[in-house]
Amino acid sequence: MEDIKIDKNLDIRGEVCPYTLVKSKLGIEMIEVGQVIEIILDYPEAADSVPKAMENYGHKVLKIEKINAKEWILQVRKEVED
Amino acid sequence: MDFSEEQLKRYSRHIILPEVGGKGQKKISEAKVLMVGAGGLGCPVGYYLAAAGVGTIAIVDNDEVELSNLQRQIAHSVKTLGVNKAESAKQTFESLNPDVNVVTIKERLNSKNVKDLFKDYDIIVDGTDNFPTRYLINDACVMLKKPLVSGAILRFEGQVTTILPHEGHCYRCLFEEPPPPGLVPSCQEAGVLGVLPGVIGALQATEVLKLILGKGKPLSGYLLIYDALGVNFRKVKVPKNKDCAVCGDNPTITELTDLPEEYCSI
Repeated sequence: MEDIKIDKNLDIRGEVCPYTLVKSKLGIEMIEVGQVIEIILDYPEAADSVPKAMENYGHKVLKIEKINAKEWILQVRKEVED
Repeated sequence: MDFSEEQLKRYSRHIILPEVGGKGQKKISEAKVLMVGAGGLGCPVGYYLAAAGVGTIAIVDNDEVELSNLQRQIAHSVKTLGVNKAESAKQTFESLNPDVNVVTIKERLNSKNVKDLFKDYDIIVDGTDNFPTRYLINDACVMLKKPLVSGAILRFEGQVTTILPHEGHCYRCLFEEPPPPGLVPSCQEAGVLGVLPGVIGALQATEVLKLILGKGKPLSGYLLIYDALGVNFRKVKVPKNKDCAVCGDNPTITELTDLPEEYCSI
């Protein structure tokens, strides 16, 4: 599989909803259209809600993957201006 | 955009809106809004703008809080009876949101001070209760090219409009001259349902936030009329008048003047 270039990393472990989304939204505002943000999170509900919200904003979810018992990796490519 | 953890929490419902986001919230925090009047309309407008985190809110009012105000002027209380209204509202707004800087201007607006008071602000809000001040604010905003969000209330009816000078209509395009003194009764004479300024003030605050964010369509070129008894909102088109005395092609009003005092008795 092709490696995806990550332009920004964001660690929101320890955050709960809605701050998982608040911080993810602020994170994606800091990159340009076409760039990719990688978010690491540990709030189970957010593993479902944050990717959905990102799609609703018009961005592309490239990956949501559980990497161990408690943590997820989410990769999002910015598709539209803020 | 560096928000404190407290600000992230306070503004979280704004930040997650695609039309606001961190960038929009930053614009709100940098905005400077001047409101004329901290009465029925000014109280809810200022309350929501303070809650939204508008960085600077100036309030022009030289009146004092009276018991008869408390039926509708929700920023004041029995604790501030006799206190200047701008000062009373400042206490309320700053206790709601310490991020906000509230500037009190304890003066009556007139043709001499209006331009100087308005010049440093991005948006002007009219929440006054008399025609001389309403026309003075309109003319000053046209001359200074300042966006103006105007509201008016009486009995069970209210009006809102947004004036973007030279882009859309102004107050004089709508009503060329103020009505003669005594024709339109005041709230003092005719009464007003206490919640009515809440509805109209909330609409004015919405217009202000849209202008700050640059999102949506402002009420420029329209007058929105709310009839509380019939539960009707009517959006009436108001064309820009090319012969308008202040914003027309050949304006005849090029300097500000004060209308005779008798107008102020209404």
